[in-house]
Amino acid sequence: MIPVSDIDPFSAENLEDPLPFQAALRDLGPVVLLERYGVYALARFDEVHAALRDWEAFQSGAGVGISDFRREKPWRPPSVLLEADPPAHDAPRAVLQRLLSPKVLARLTEEWERDAEKLVDEVLTGEVVDAIPALAEAFPLRVFPDAVGIPDAGRENLLPYGDLLFNAFGPHNHLFEKSLPSMGPLSAWVNEQCRRDVLRPDGLGAGIWAAAEAGEITLEQAPLIVRSLLSAGVDTTVNAFGALFFGFATHPDQWTLLRERPELIRFSFEEAVRWESPVQTFFRTTTRDVEVSGATIPEGRKILMFLGAANRDERRWDDPDRFDITRNASGHVGFGMGIHQCVGQHTARAEAVALLGALLKRVERIELAGEPVRHPNNTLRAWDSLPVRLV
Amino acid sequence: MLDVEVCGHDVIADGVVAVRLRGEGLPAWEPGAHLDVHLPNGLVRQYSLCGEPGGDYRIGVLREPSSRGGSDAVHTLRVGERLRISEPRNNFALEPADRYLFIAGGIGITPILAMVRAAHGEGADWRLLYGGRSRKSMAFVDELLAIDPERVVLHPQDEDGLLPLRSWLDAPRGDTLIYCCGPEPLLRAVEYEAVLWPLHALRIERFTAKPLAEPAREEAFDVELARTGRTLTVRQEQSILDAVADAGVELLSSCRQGVCGTCVTRVLGGRPDHRDSILTAEARENGDRMYLCVSRSCSDRLVLDL
Repeated sequence: MIPVSDIDPFSAENLEDPLPFQAALRDLGPVVLLERYGVYALARFDEVHAALRDWEAFQSGAGVGISDFRREKPWRPPSVLLEADPPAHDAPRAVLQRLLSPKVLARLTEEWERDAEKLVDEVLTGEVVDAIPALAEAFPLRVFPDAVGIPDAGRENLLPYGDLLFNAFGPHNHLFEKSLPSMGPLSAWVNEQCRRDVLRPDGLGAGIWAAAEAGEITLEQAPLIVRSLLSAGVDTTVNAFGALFFGFATHPDQWTLLRERPELIRFSFEEAVRWESPVQTFFRTTTRDVEVSGATIPEGRKILMFLGAANRDERRWDDPDRFDITRNASGHVGFGMGIHQCVGQHTARAEAVALLGALLKRVERIELAGEPVRHPNNTLRAWDSLPVRLV
Repeated sequence: MLDVEVCGHDVIADGVVAVRLRGEGLPAWEPGAHLDVHLPNGLVRQYSLCGEPGGDYRIGVLREPSSRGGSDAVHTLRVGERLRISEPRNNFALEPADRYLFIAGGIGITPILAMVRAAHGEGADWRLLYGGRSRKSMAFVDELLAIDPERVVLHPQDEDGLLPLRSWLDAPRGDTLIYCCGPEPLLRAVEYEAVLWPLHALRIERFTAKPLAEPAREEAFDVELARTGRTLTVRQEQSILDAVADAGVELLSSCRQGVCGTCVTRVLGGRPDHRDSILTAEARENGDRMYLCVSRSCSDRLVLDL
């Protein structure tokens, strides 16, 4: 028997603090039916991990939000990566994997260290700063749109677009309704940035178009792959930085430790992604009756996978609620797992190495200087404000 | 094997001779082709053909003080001497394209010269960036300028510094092929600057031979951790990742299937047996990075930057 629950993961209260209901879901069983939405939830690490890797039984092509593309018209043309299955998924993935490989990043990130030092210079005013706009948003917004090669004008649309997109994976709740009016204009703006003649000739976007011209992918896919970069490459990183600064501001000993052992920079970023899981959830759809830990999920049902809950599963992690930069968080599912695993993860890590490296040189302590304020989103664990004093 | 006679031997730039070879019924060849030349001193060397297709063969050879006698032997050939050569082979063929960027460093101009001529004949849109230590060291300049002076950029290092590769390569296009020949540092710099280009846009000829690949193997091998200063044995049933972790060296990893790339590690020595789904064939050939979760070793020992 699959346990049934009336928990609403997308209620305002649960989005504000998801930890209690996620623990309850894990304890209810390996699979739980959420009666409110008629979807099956996986919240334990092993089940989430296994489902993420099984793209044949758990497809993405019917959408990775709650909407079932086989029955409902997607609100935008589906992503050719995230919302696609093999074989159609593979060529776009290969192109992005190549363009976001460490080899390319070495060339693209030459300036990032200096960019980070400049930004840190600007925020070290001695005053209280809000780490969300001033650092977590500012740094990715400074380096990533340049790397993609979009024009300067209109970049203020990137964060609202991401907010909208990640809200749209959820149900038609208050957040979705709030995003609705901006869907048309923001989508139009993003689509406009994906054109060959709008993109700078020397960025990742141009690399995607060149791959299309050379026949690696189709010319129709090229703008959608550029859109994937703009959709998935900003908010996610912003909130990973938010997680990191929240972690350090609330665990001063961890910052002291990082100053003593800067070789832990990459581990600290990974731990922040595990601990807060900036992307909390994604859906899949069963392609057949699937057995999960003794329970049978019927064909054609939506599966809600709680990446965040899996990353806090005490069955997998020792003391999972502790932010511990000496933990080797390898294997967490914060970037997903399997064929859809975040193709930009090396980019995110490179940004973290640059920004944390610059902060480490100049900042002895990150002190919380006010009440942090969450930013509610149906998919993202996000922040509006995190006032800190950088000493 | 073909018998030929040296019918021309001219110094055409500092340290560079052009050698013409005449013979009965020499096979036709395409730009990018090279010959094995069996030299009088017993050495066998490979040289690109750089003349015009049809008729005599021509090679251009730089005297290299550090070489093991091949270039000296070419430089001391005399007109009328007889040699044996192989039939032309081509591992660096000029593929059809609308546009070409040619980049040559030093004596690397030899295959490129033939390509430039062919591309021009086809009416392609081409440009050549040609660098050398000094103007006097650069061979075939007059011939290149005669093809189309507007499309040729000469860049002697003593006057103009290093090649402006970034401005030549920063804008990837799908209708263009890049052909590059020259010394290893130039090839590496071009590979670095051309990272955004499509998968097979960059065509490179390396003269230095690659060591033959050892066969992949299942048995145990040793891994030396260069930074940690330790050597471990990786057992047959173990991944390098696990062996390294067991030794207490912390490393990030994620998918454990050779897909995500998180555990990428620089290889300082030995020959990896790549089993990941990430590296391109070219990157595998380079062998300078590997994924420890799935890849193993072809050699008895790997040296890693850990």
